[in-house]
Amino acid sequence: MRRIILAALAALVTSAAAHADAIKVGVVGPFSGPFALQGKNFKAGIDAYMALSGVKVGEDDIEIIYRDVPQADPAQSKALAQELVVKEGVQYLAGFYFTPDAMAVTPLLEQANVPLVIMNAATSAIVTKSPLVVRTSFTLWQTSTPIAKVAREAGVSKIISVVSDYGPGIDAENAFKTGFEAVGGQVVEAIRMPLSTNDFSPIMQRIKDSGAEGVFAFLPSGPTTLGFVKAFNENGLKDGGVKFFAPGDLTQESDLPALGDAALGLQTTFHYSVSHDSPENKAFVEAAAKAIGNPTELSFPSVGAYDGMHVIYKMIEATGGEQNAQKAVDAVKGLSWTSPRGPVSIDPESRHITQNIYLREVSKADDGTYYNKEIQTFEKQGDPGLAALK
Amino acid sequence: MQTIFSIAVDALAYGMVLFVISIGLSVTLGLMRVVNLAHGAFAMIGGYIASYAARDLGVGYGLAVLIAVFGTIVIAIPIERLLYRRIYGRPELTQVLMTIGITFCIIGIANYVFGPTLKTIPLPPSLQGSADLGFRSIAVHRIFAIVCGLCVAAALWYAIERTAFGVRLRAAVDDAAMAAALGVRTEVIYAVSFAVAVGLAAFGGVVGAELLPVEPYYALRYMVTFLVVVSVGGAGSIPGALAACLLLGGIDTTGRYLMPEFGEFFFYLAVIAIVCVFPRGLAGRMK
Repeated sequence: MRRIILAALAALVTSAAAHADAIKVGVVGPFSGPFALQGKNFKAGIDAYMALSGVKVGEDDIEIIYRDVPQADPAQSKALAQELVVKEGVQYLAGFYFTPDAMAVTPLLEQANVPLVIMNAATSAIVTKSPLVVRTSFTLWQTSTPIAKVAREAGVSKIISVVSDYGPGIDAENAFKTGFEAVGGQVVEAIRMPLSTNDFSPIMQRIKDSGAEGVFAFLPSGPTTLGFVKAFNENGLKDGGVKFFAPGDLTQESDLPALGDAALGLQTTFHYSVSHDSPENKAFVEAAAKAIGNPTELSFPSVGAYDGMHVIYKMIEATGGEQNAQKAVDAVKGLSWTSPRGPVSIDPESRHITQNIYLREVSKADDGTYYNKEIQTFEKQGDPGLAALK
Repeated sequence: MQTIFSIAVDALAYGMVLFVISIGLSVTLGLMRVVNLAHGAFAMIGGYIASYAARDLGVGYGLAVLIAVFGTIVIAIPIERLLYRRIYGRPELTQVLMTIGITFCIIGIANYVFGPTLKTIPLPPSLQGSADLGFRSIAVHRIFAIVCGLCVAAALWYAIERTAFGVRLRAAVDDAAMAAALGVRTEVIYAVSFAVAVGLAAFGGVVGAELLPVEPYYALRYMVTFLVVVSVGGAGSIPGALAACLLLGGIDTTGRYLMPEFGEFFFYLAVIAIVCVFPRGLAGRMK
């Protein structure tokens, strides 16, 4: 039965593509619900790219079709991807904020003859699930490994790791542990907290009791990071000299106004800061801020989406608008360009993005707003998580 | 020993924040018999108003709290007249559907008006920072939340058990028709109680904002927690709600300190155990 459906699906796709006048790109992301801000950033990045690079590739018009998956929901994500391929006849799938949603779609790609460009979902394993997956965001391994080095150089040898208990949190914990032990440090304790935690005081007490000199923390960006950072300050850990290290999810730009002074001086490593100083980023931020409406809502998924669109445009150029997923993916292997975040390239082996990771410190600008100030660059970082999978 | 004290202090602080936010729901659910799932939405409105007043209008914290409480009541009055009045005494399913619908509308409006980002309520300098208890430090605003919780509990208990209004309210709850026949204006009683419940929600939303930050999905995110507190405490009972908050806060905090990887396992295990032994909650009234 499944085969018949897939065959019908493939037939439909090819016939649809043959007399389609526009090349359609299906984007799946959270456009409503608690994560709508991230979906909005996808859309801003895509709009910015199309505003700066045009809505046509060669003779072909590009049409974006959005589908909404408000929360991580693999079944719905798969159903929507199927619908996009069969009914809408999209040639490219893109977007995906959550790992499970992206994972659910990978088995469809080959039969549907559609490449998948991931604009956010950050678990290392996704690219291994299908040869037609390309990722333009980051992985937690990629952003959490450099901070281990930073921590060691700051003179910390005993550290406690505290992460949210879900896939990316565990990735962050493992990445940090691997990186920190490689430079001679020791993770004295690893705590995994439930995602729904609101009150972090008991966790802070654990940190204090562990006697560690520093803490490595990962929580998904959003409301809980505020409580965590405040609890860290209020329970006397900051004043007690415990050093704080985290990947940049904790200090994403759209949360900074709320974090305010509590976050001042926090050091995080990440692949993109809205404040990154380059002409490419200036043009991008201007276009994306216009697309999103409120510039303070601009955050990292927008740059993943922007570069994702770049990759898709290159794929369309290479295939001349023909539907040929393998050819499209092959064309972007090794592709390098200057992104708003800095120089990047697609690793031909893993099809994941190689990029600079920046150490940033939350600082206050002259106009009283907060931003992530880049203070150190780790150049051309690949994804160490893929090596760890083997 | 020090650890035990430490956990106890955290549990007390967390429990009291839960109490301040949940007690309004206990009033609507227990005394007015309305399953008000929009309670969290009113708490959120309070938080938004306080945040707007303090950040954009630049008023002081105390005034911002007052504006939040009364602003939320003003917003709630037409909602009560037009929507809630229709569902008093109706079956619970109707109430659930109506109030969850109201919740979604409020989430949508908050998202549209204030945007999806977090909003904070700046604290006055006197509530910032932390106080030293000798064996550990605790945030001053948590002590403030504990005091607020105790004041609210005492004031509500006095109003319901000791004043003429409380007598009328309890009469209207037990037998609305008979109370009306005896000259109690039940409509007014209900409207006032609803306003008080909404005001308490707003107050809790503001006081608890440091722990549960204000954002559009606030209304849904913490709904289960509020409902659990009320059902464990026994709807409508103030000592019951207080006991439930302290007990659940204690279990949650201890579990999180000792075994965070178990998540909320112990919290819900305790809830199941309590509801098995006391089906109407710790201090629920028998029907």
